[in-house]
Amino acid sequence: MSASAPESDAWPLWEVFVRAKRGLSHTHVGSLHAPDAALALHNARDLYTRRQEGVSIWVVPASAITASSPEERDAFFDPAGDKVYRHPTFYEVPEDVEYL
Amino acid sequence: MSEAHAPLVAALADDALIYAQRLGEWISRAPQIEEDMALGNIGLDLLGRARSLYGLLGSLDGTGRGEDDYAYWRDEREFRHVHLVEQPRHDFGFEIVRLLLVSSLDVERCAALASSADVELAGVASKAVTESRYHRDHARLWALRLGDGTDESHRRMVAALERVAPYVAELFEDTAVEVAAVDAGVGVLPSTLRAGVLGFVEDVLAEATLEGVPSSRRRSRGGREGLHSEACGYLLAEMQHLARSHPGATW
Repeated sequence: MSASAPESDAWPLWEVFVRAKRGLSHTHVGSLHAPDAALALHNARDLYTRRQEGVSIWVVPASAITASSPEERDAFFDPAGDKVYRHPTFYEVPEDVEYL
Repeated sequence: MSEAHAPLVAALADDALIYAQRLGEWISRAPQIEEDMALGNIGLDLLGRARSLYGLLGSLDGTGRGEDDYAYWRDEREFRHVHLVEQPRHDFGFEIVRLLLVSSLDVERCAALASSADVELAGVASKAVTESRYHRDHARLWALRLGDGTDESHRRMVAALERVAPYVAELFEDTAVEVAAVDAGVGVLPSTLRAGVLGFVEDVLAEATLEGVPSSRRRSRGGREGLHSEACGYLLAEMQHLARSHPGATW
């Protein structure tokens, strides 16, 4: 960071996960800047749940997330492409089975 | 026929409305866009509270006025808020100290009013307690970080405490407004809230390595009687000019 950058740019980035209601998983909703975890949680509440979108919030330092890189996309995901037998599509579903 | 506690409801509503107006000024001016939103949201909570209270007030004071009549069509001398909330926005440290004081007062005051004999007022107050706890927590988190932060942030917090000092005594003054409401079995005397409010504030300040609110030789008074400082007129001019330039306009 250049010496002339304003101090506020030094606030780290946080990724925000919100659980919409009990029983569902936390879902990534976006990111924000905050000086630390407690204020990140406050900011997340104000930015992402002000219309009653959630019952629980996680904030995670963006720097703590290890992500797959776009260059590795082929090595990571292509091998799954031609293995249709990994999908449960070869079963006959009995007629009277609901909710499947 | 005006109820004895109508002036109290007006005072609570005006405290909320005027501080909402000040907090709204932070949008685009806070240290980060996230904080613009945080202070703006707190302002909106207070605006919502003011609207509920003005709704009650129209029937309590017997005039049948609505929220816009109170917000836009009263002049300075008819507003009943304390001087602290009308003071101009200064730096971020000042706003955090002011928010810490106002929200701490609101928590205690609304908790007491939640058992008011006026059930509608009690309803508004009990919802307000939850909101104000959040506002207070936001102010507390920032006060800790600024007080115990850099030399510059500490210096500004000390200056902010000196700046709010003259306005603190008025918050806990038992004026005719509160006394009349208590006599009617509805209100709460501000003097009884002082220990709880300042106790909380002083604990936060101590944890933030700050000394308490300094004593002040000057002190504000008269807000509850409609006597305001210079800042009030400018605030009202900005808040009211559009409605007064285009009476009855809607969108």
